[in-house]
Amino acid sequence: MKFNLMDYAYATIVELRKALDAKDVSSVELAKFFLARIKKYNPDLNAFITVTEEEALMQARQADELIAEGKAKPLTGIPYAAKDLFSTRGIKTTAASKILENFEPVYDATTIRKLKEQKAVLLGKTNLDQFAHGSSTETSYYGPSKNPWDLTRIPGGSSGGSTAAVAAGLAPFALATETGGSIRQPASLCGISGWKPTYGRVSRYGVLAMTSSADSIGTVTRSAEDLAITAEALSGFDPKDSTTSKVPVGSWSKNFHQDLRGLKVGVPPEYFPEGIEEDVEKRVKEAINKIQSLGAEIREVSLPLTGYGSMVYAIVTPSEVSSNLSRYDGIRYGHVTQKAGDLYEIYSRSRGEGFGDEAKRRIMTGTYALSAGYRDAYYLKAQKVRRLIVDEFAEAFKKVDILLCPSTPSVAVKIGGAAQNPLFGYIADQLNIPSSLAGLSGLLVPCGFGQPKDGAAVDLPVGLQIIGPQWGEERVFQVGFAYQQATEWHKEKPKVFQN
Amino acid sequence: MILYYYKVMSISRDEIQRIAKLARIELTEEEMGRFQGDLNKVLGYIEVLKAINTEGVAPLASVTGLENTWREDEEADLGLQKAIIENAPEKSGRFIKVKKVL
Repeated sequence: MKFNLMDYAYATIVELRKALDAKDVSSVELAKFFLARIKKYNPDLNAFITVTEEEALMQARQADELIAEGKAKPLTGIPYAAKDLFSTRGIKTTAASKILENFEPVYDATTIRKLKEQKAVLLGKTNLDQFAHGSSTETSYYGPSKNPWDLTRIPGGSSGGSTAAVAAGLAPFALATETGGSIRQPASLCGISGWKPTYGRVSRYGVLAMTSSADSIGTVTRSAEDLAITAEALSGFDPKDSTTSKVPVGSWSKNFHQDLRGLKVGVPPEYFPEGIEEDVEKRVKEAINKIQSLGAEIREVSLPLTGYGSMVYAIVTPSEVSSNLSRYDGIRYGHVTQKAGDLYEIYSRSRGEGFGDEAKRRIMTGTYALSAGYRDAYYLKAQKVRRLIVDEFAEAFKKVDILLCPSTPSVAVKIGGAAQNPLFGYIADQLNIPSSLAGLSGLLVPCGFGQPKDGAAVDLPVGLQIIGPQWGEERVFQVGFAYQQATEWHKEKPKVFQN
Repeated sequence: MILYYYKVMSISRDEIQRIAKLARIELTEEEMGRFQGDLNKVLGYIEVLKAINTEGVAPLASVTGLENTWREDEEADLGLQKAIIENAPEKSGRFIKVKKVL
């Protein structure tokens, strides 16, 4: 059965694989189709910083050869986008910053290399908050991305470009990263599926570092099944990233079953904080009921340290950022000032000119928190509280198999709204930060729509967060899959991009 | 729900300048003023975290518990020398150029 070309815009990886293998469509046709959609819609969305047309067509031709030889792998010929934090050899990698505006890495990130080996097709590099510092893409040097469900609103961040691209049908899947909510929050706001892996599952080699002890490499897709497929392709020990684990990669996409009998679900009351939007709370509770109807046992599990997560994050993240961003010095790569008299001025002016506000803020905060006399009181104290948070989750997972909760307390806010509220990022991410700091497995699946507190009569996506234990990928994928067999929220598409 | 509060701390202008120097970032007067306020806020968070008992708790270094992962010290020529030098803003032949250090 042949597809209509338009059907491909929102097809899942599973559907595209079938179509490619059945020769209903070629990789080159698919690549051209998505490249044309990007050309048409990216000006409205600003999801892409760089479109890699030549590269895409070349990879698509190679994919078609593999398919013709019967040697296709799961992602052969599947088009994808990569957050512009992933090093792509010879292709601009900017971190959405001025300091790396024209930077071309000399090597591919391990995750990019793995997708290249399967002959997946790279469509382009997507927009993000600058250096992944943010929850809305508004700190990008290239301007914010837009939410495909309402172009006046944020897509979330920092992986906002990747999620907007998938939600608008400009790419079947996209690479993303999460340190404090940057996959789950935008996935929630854009109504698509997102995977935040257990820290150490996927190699960070070649991904520009933010918070080295928490950065996790994941994907956003149109379904939980697709998430599992991408997870299998990307996970695994990498000798080039000494923080990757040798914990085996499961056949997560091959062992799904439909019901959840015997599953013990914990619902933490702290994840329904004061100020949560009414529709967000309603949709998430409806989703939890749905999962109960599939056989799961629901019980309340309290996580009293939840509220402290954002504060720990506010100290640990800038500290590690200040260290990771010290490499941008105007000497080996990137922007260099034209106004320097001596070496010190090369450093201080290049960095002063090249970094955006939020990057500077985090560098200053982190440098302070780590400086002599303060490191013990600030950074180490925060890391002690972090260990308590890790222990609290571990205790919870002795009683239940997974946790279900919202990912973010509101639907998408207007672009520019965050500027009025300096705490925006920490509020938006407060429900993702604790499990991110603990390095746990997590999934986000769309669970309905709600209207925003600002009174606009617009329906915006709400997401269900599924938190699993460390190395709990099998479990979170299973729950996401079962939920998506029983519901259709993940198949919804924004009205605007449908031709 | 946790109440966010912070004492108006005395992070001095000197302190901000010291940190900017450590961080090797040139800031405008306006930026310095702004970051003074931001740093004060972080101090406020610490005050809240101080209330949590962490006696006997070791600071978290790694969520996976991995320590000291080693590899063999083997040579490999990846042929990237030219590309690496290409990326440098100032270069001369096989060298990256920097202003005088001393």
